[in-house]
Amino acid sequence: MTSTKPLLEVDGLTLRIGASGRTVVNNVSFSVSPGEIVGIVGESGSGKTLAARAVMGFIPPAVRLISGSIRFDGEEVTTMAPKRLRAIRGAKVGMVFQEPMTSLNPSMLIGRQLEEGLALHRKLDAAGRRELILDMLRRVGIRDPEGAFNAYPHQYSGGMRQRIMLASVMLLKPALLLADEPTTALDAVVQRDVMELMVDLTKENDTAVLLISHDLGMVARYCSRIVVMCQGDVVEQGESEDILARPQHPYTRKLLAAMPHREPARDLPEAATPLVSVDGLVVDYGGRQGFFRKEQPKRALHGISLSVKPGEVVSVVGGSGSGKTTLGHAIAGLIKPSQGAILFNGKPIDKSETAYWDYRLNCQMVFQDPYSSLDPRMTIGELVGEPLRLVKGMGSADKKARLAEVLGEVGLGDGFAERYPHELSGGQRQRVAIARAIIRRPSFVIADEPVSALDVTVRAQVLELFAQLQKKHGFSCLFISHDLGVVEQVSDRVIVMQDGRIVEEGTRDQIFDAPQHDYTRKLLSAVPGLESTEDGGVRLFWRLGEPATA
Amino acid sequence: MLRFALTRILMSVPTLLIVSVAVFGLIRLIPGDPASLMLGDLATPASIADLQARLGLDKSIPVQFGIWFGNLLKGDLGQSINSQQAVLPLILQRFWISAQIVLVAVALASLVAVPAGVLAAWKQDTSLDLSLVAVATLLLSIPTFWLGLLLLLFFGLKLEWLPVVGYVSIAENPIAGILYLIMPIMTLFLHEIGVILRMARASTLEVLRLDYITHARAKGLTEGAVLWNHAFKNAFGPTWTLIGLVLGNLLGGIAVVETVFTIPGLGRLLVDSIFARDYPVIQGCMLFVAFTYVLVNLVIDLCYPIFDPRVTAQ
Amino acid sequence: MKLPAPNALVGGTLIGFLAIVASVSALWTPYDPLRLSFRAKLAAPSAMHWLGTDEFGRDVLSRLMAGAATSVWISLLTVALAVSLGTVIGLFSGYVRGWVDRTIMAFNDALLAFPGILLALGLLAVVGANKYGIILALGIAYAPSVARIVRGTVLSLREREFISASRVMGNSEGFTMARHILPNCIAPLTVLATSMFGWVLLAESSLSFLGLGVPPPAPTWGNMLAGSRPYIGQAVWLGIFPGLAISLTLLGINLLGDALRDKLDPRMRGAR
Repeated sequence: MTSTKPLLEVDGLTLRIGASGRTVVNNVSFSVSPGEIVGIVGESGSGKTLAARAVMGFIPPAVRLISGSIRFDGEEVTTMAPKRLRAIRGAKVGMVFQEPMTSLNPSMLIGRQLEEGLALHRKLDAAGRRELILDMLRRVGIRDPEGAFNAYPHQYSGGMRQRIMLASVMLLKPALLLADEPTTALDAVVQRDVMELMVDLTKENDTAVLLISHDLGMVARYCSRIVVMCQGDVVEQGESEDILARPQHPYTRKLLAAMPHREPARDLPEAATPLVSVDGLVVDYGGRQGFFRKEQPKRALHGISLSVKPGEVVSVVGGSGSGKTTLGHAIAGLIKPSQGAILFNGKPIDKSETAYWDYRLNCQMVFQDPYSSLDPRMTIGELVGEPLRLVKGMGSADKKARLAEVLGEVGLGDGFAERYPHELSGGQRQRVAIARAIIRRPSFVIADEPVSALDVTVRAQVLELFAQLQKKHGFSCLFISHDLGVVEQVSDRVIVMQDGRIVEEGTRDQIFDAPQHDYTRKLLSAVPGLESTEDGGVRLFWRLGEPATA
Repeated sequence: MLRFALTRILMSVPTLLIVSVAVFGLIRLIPGDPASLMLGDLATPASIADLQARLGLDKSIPVQFGIWFGNLLKGDLGQSINSQQAVLPLILQRFWISAQIVLVAVALASLVAVPAGVLAAWKQDTSLDLSLVAVATLLLSIPTFWLGLLLLLFFGLKLEWLPVVGYVSIAENPIAGILYLIMPIMTLFLHEIGVILRMARASTLEVLRLDYITHARAKGLTEGAVLWNHAFKNAFGPTWTLIGLVLGNLLGGIAVVETVFTIPGLGRLLVDSIFARDYPVIQGCMLFVAFTYVLVNLVIDLCYPIFDPRVTAQ
Repeated sequence: MKLPAPNALVGGTLIGFLAIVASVSALWTPYDPLRLSFRAKLAAPSAMHWLGTDEFGRDVLSRLMAGAATSVWISLLTVALAVSLGTVIGLFSGYVRGWVDRTIMAFNDALLAFPGILLALGLLAVVGANKYGIILALGIAYAPSVARIVRGTVLSLREREFISASRVMGNSEGFTMARHILPNCIAPLTVLATSMFGWVLLAESSLSFLGLGVPPPAPTWGNMLAGSRPYIGQAVWLGIFPGLAISLTLLGINLLGDALRDKLDPRMRGAR
């Protein structure tokens, strides 16, 4: 890099939790030069957020600074007087948070929130401040800046709030911006827009950025240098290209290997009748009659038709509000459709009791949130064994054997049966959920965002387990996800949904290589893809033919 | 905003209606003829027959309710058996006495307890926080009737600073009136400090964890500005709701404090009427307090958007 | 094993002590709590009468102990009544949903509009002031808050994915209710029942203090306090000890309730 003095120098930073003595940030050193974008990548528990927040002097009361120094612009932050620290906060260092829903004060007008920092750090009169704010709001893409000035945050969507947040921070043209997972909570389609806005804004003002993220692809795309953290340690740092192409540390290699990748298309045997087919499914929400008003029902699905062949994995993708989750729930029988039919093995399931029970026993579901999908008062054995209760003619010895077999299959063999969900990690819980779904050996599994709550490396393991089981037992799968990378890895066929309608449908390769519909193109262009190279590294590219970087 | 207010106002109509049905039904649950009950021991066959006709007792229950409810809407709650006074003016006269005690006590308690709760949350887990919470829990655990008795013992009998029992209207004799009110107000004040402080602390803690507080600090604001401009206003909502509940609950439970200090308030009126089996007054008091409770909470809810503009968006 | 939180420790000790005193009093008290002794009336605390005697010469300690038993017994029965009544209503309401639920809850909320002990006072006017009348009146008066919490818990549990999982499995609604929803209501109910024990004990004492509780000569803490008022100037102990007993019990309950809430149900913090 350049030979200028670094803007931020963190040296040997060690943070420990006061009560337990656990070291959460261990001897961490890195630096950021003026105008540079540096990324810190790590999974949950890596200490990346704590290390970054310490830069501003935000160390939670329970955490103690053991040793190390943080020098900002040549000044030591760790021993700085509160008054001097406040002068730097906002004016020199800004911060953007992950959760746009809670990062703006809900009871204060947006204009006033933006004004606060200016009033504190700049000598401007009210009119001058107002003008600057309106300019900045316009710059971040707020259509009606005057209106936004006198509006409350809840009147804006998550993406818009994140833009307002950026405006609030960039108003003061700080020398350094700390961005903690700034786009993680946003819908895939707007992630790229917000990210690019952030990069443009910081470039214009020559602001350096410290980007904290779990998403290696995102970080590699925008950062010149990457710091990889794991369990409080910096395991590797360097130029983005080097890290991607020639990872040195095993953990970095593991992270790269965990990135979703495409495998060759599978050949599926032709079948005369689809296993499950859905015909003209319509779901309406609401329409509740209150005491004083009638609500118009909101149509969530507008006549969806699809079919899943035996052994096939069909993915449904779309942004939030696309209706993909509603579709999954309707097919699972959790929501009653107002029109349309679901056919299992060619027979409509609502016409006869036997057809319904045949479907009920053969259709299972894996849910998104492993913390809410397991009854906290039951043991793992009870949870996984519960579906067998409804299997007629299965003896208790058989049930026991099946339980042990399935627990073994998901890698929870020894002693897990007696434990409770809260004693398990997120990945283990999701294994329990999968075991519960497959214990009756169903022929059809609906997976609703089954890995989106998991850490990157855990996600890779769970996906691999899922693929293995799918291959072994040959069940068909409807895989619902917003994550294109995951979809690319698991599916045979892909269905793209928007606003309750199917906009495009095709084999995985058709959708990813030759998308037809605008919305599909928009989805694909929003997230960078990664490709493995022969020498164990990866190559990063934007889909749809844009020039590759890094 | 208007829509929010209208919906909220309309929502209290069924509640008021059901409250009326419940109070009407309660008296009908007592075995015996309602007219004889309402007239008490002084009833004559003629007066009973007259009241039976007025209450429509020969008609069906819904019609009886209709007649009763019609009278209620006109402000006619019947006549006290004991004093032969109309019930509503009697209640209003007593209500004023109780209301001034409750309002002053809760206002003072909020002024002390809310800042103290915010302070405790800000200094969470320090000795200041722990002692504030300990004091609050202690105050909360002392029943008002005993607290009143202790105050009476100390300030009234031992130090002889304040008049022990009785009541003089402030309008008649302002100084004596205030002196008589000091101890009852102090009793409720001390008790409610405990309740409100704990709530203010809990809701401030919730808010202090949120990102926008860190955002405010990250702008370089002083701790005072962070607490006042960002934490306080957002944390006050739940406490504000609690204050409404406290006002209503105190009105229902003030009888004990009025008994300790022999103050002729609404609570005492109700208890005396229960002893005297003065059913029209019992009915009137219950209706009045429940209606007041619903109205106080309505006003509290209508003010809520000041602290959280999100509630107006449906 | 970690040490319990200090509030659990203090609260548990206080309530444990109360339970022991209440049980012991059923078998033995220093004196007969009802025996009059005009020679010893209004005697100050001494070796013979640790906590003194009242205006009829009855031993205050014995009466306090007997009062503990009465209060604990009434409070326990009342809480049991309120919790079972409220749980049945809340479960049913949360289970059926729709307009039935809304109607039940409209009535329930209207009953909640009678503040504090007012509803109990009204019911007492109907059922009459005696031990069982109090239990019935307070039980009915406090059931709506239980119903509300149970229904809220049921509705929020229904949103959890494990309930969807149970339905996808093919379990009937009734089985899901019994196997997954009811057991998960127990934690919030425990927290509520603990606090409610305190509310009921306070309400029972208040009613006794007003003369609407258990009729004399049977001792309760509330009617002992009420009886002390005329003598408070000359016999301070009469007003001190019963009040101290109530306060320490409530303190124990509040501390225990806080500890339970922190442990079982952090979401309910600050609810009343």
